[in-house]
Amino acid sequence: MGILNKILTAFRGGATEVGQSIVDANSTRIFEQEIRDAEKHLTKAKRELTDVMAKEMQANREVDRLKRSIAEHEGYVTQALEKENEALAIEIAEKIAQLDQELSEQQAANDSFSSHAVRLKDLVKKTERQLSDYQRQLSMVKTTESVQKATATITDSFASSNSKLLNAKDSLERIKARQQQFDDRLKASETLAEENSDKSLHAKLAEAGIGEQKSSANAVLDRIKARKG
Amino acid sequence: MNIHTIANHLNGLCDKSRTGFQFDCYPIDGDVEVLQVNVVSREEIPVFVSVTDNQILCISYLWGEDEVNQARRAEMFETMLELNIPMPLSSFAKIDDKYVVYGALSVESSMEEIEQELAVLSDNCLEVIDELSEFLN
Repeated sequence: MGILNKILTAFRGGATEVGQSIVDANSTRIFEQEIRDAEKHLTKAKRELTDVMAKEMQANREVDRLKRSIAEHEGYVTQALEKENEALAIEIAEKIAQLDQELSEQQAANDSFSSHAVRLKDLVKKTERQLSDYQRQLSMVKTTESVQKATATITDSFASSNSKLLNAKDSLERIKARQQQFDDRLKASETLAEENSDKSLHAKLAEAGIGEQKSSANAVLDRIKARKG
Repeated sequence: MNIHTIANHLNGLCDKSRTGFQFDCYPIDGDVEVLQVNVVSREEIPVFVSVTDNQILCISYLWGEDEVNQARRAEMFETMLELNIPMPLSSFAKIDDKYVVYGALSVESSMEEIEQELAVLSDNCLEVIDELSEFLN
């Protein structure tokens, strides 16, 4: 049974009460132990594989050496026969027979190392897959637990501070209202800034004697004098 | 990486924030340490951050089961599934009887990435409530 199934079973079984652990601590420990075991197996299998591959290379070299030696001795036999030295030829042939025997033994050893190496490589692959699967499952269990505990922590904190999470619509309304207020204020201050810059332009125009002039005391006096006359 | 390094970074940001948001962080003590991150001017909808062995989880609560219009529950689920991929960086989930949006980050994440995640999560949260409020009571 996969871990997801266990987690769902626990949820549906009602293990969602605050503070209640979703997967008991014991099964987490078993998981962690399984991971450690798998890691140990992996290290061992890898070390063994290195050994076997070294031996395979060694056996290979030996096979090559024996093959070369046999070819060489076969050459000697031909040469001995050419010189009609039958006795020597037989002696060399005996040596060749001995080398043949050694070769077949070495070849057998080599084959056995090769097949052992293939088996070990498969084992390493399988263990690596298993290990990453265990790690994935453990991380799921731990995350589930952590989220459960974090939720309990958050719930406790809100309960003890007497505040509560508002419902979604109200929260959004409040945030929107605040945003609107901020936008309004920004707009107001922009309008104000524009007005201010208008005023400063008026002041400059007046100074330069352009546009509507402010009535001064002299102007008033002139106006009254003109009316009298 | 723990919630205190995150809190120190976010609280120290002030005007240097790259997201245009300011954050107020309050660690909450408990079995698992949780950081409550308030986005300034959005205090009603905080983001809760917890750090596990291999990930940083940022969670925001949307609404409770009791707020859902039960007659339109299936329709709401379908909308959530449809929105799940288009919604950047966050996903929908349910914890106990509460619907949430959450984002998970690697513990190797930089502070800028965490900051971005929080900002996007907060934006997503407001948008989701706005869009899906038709399914709420």
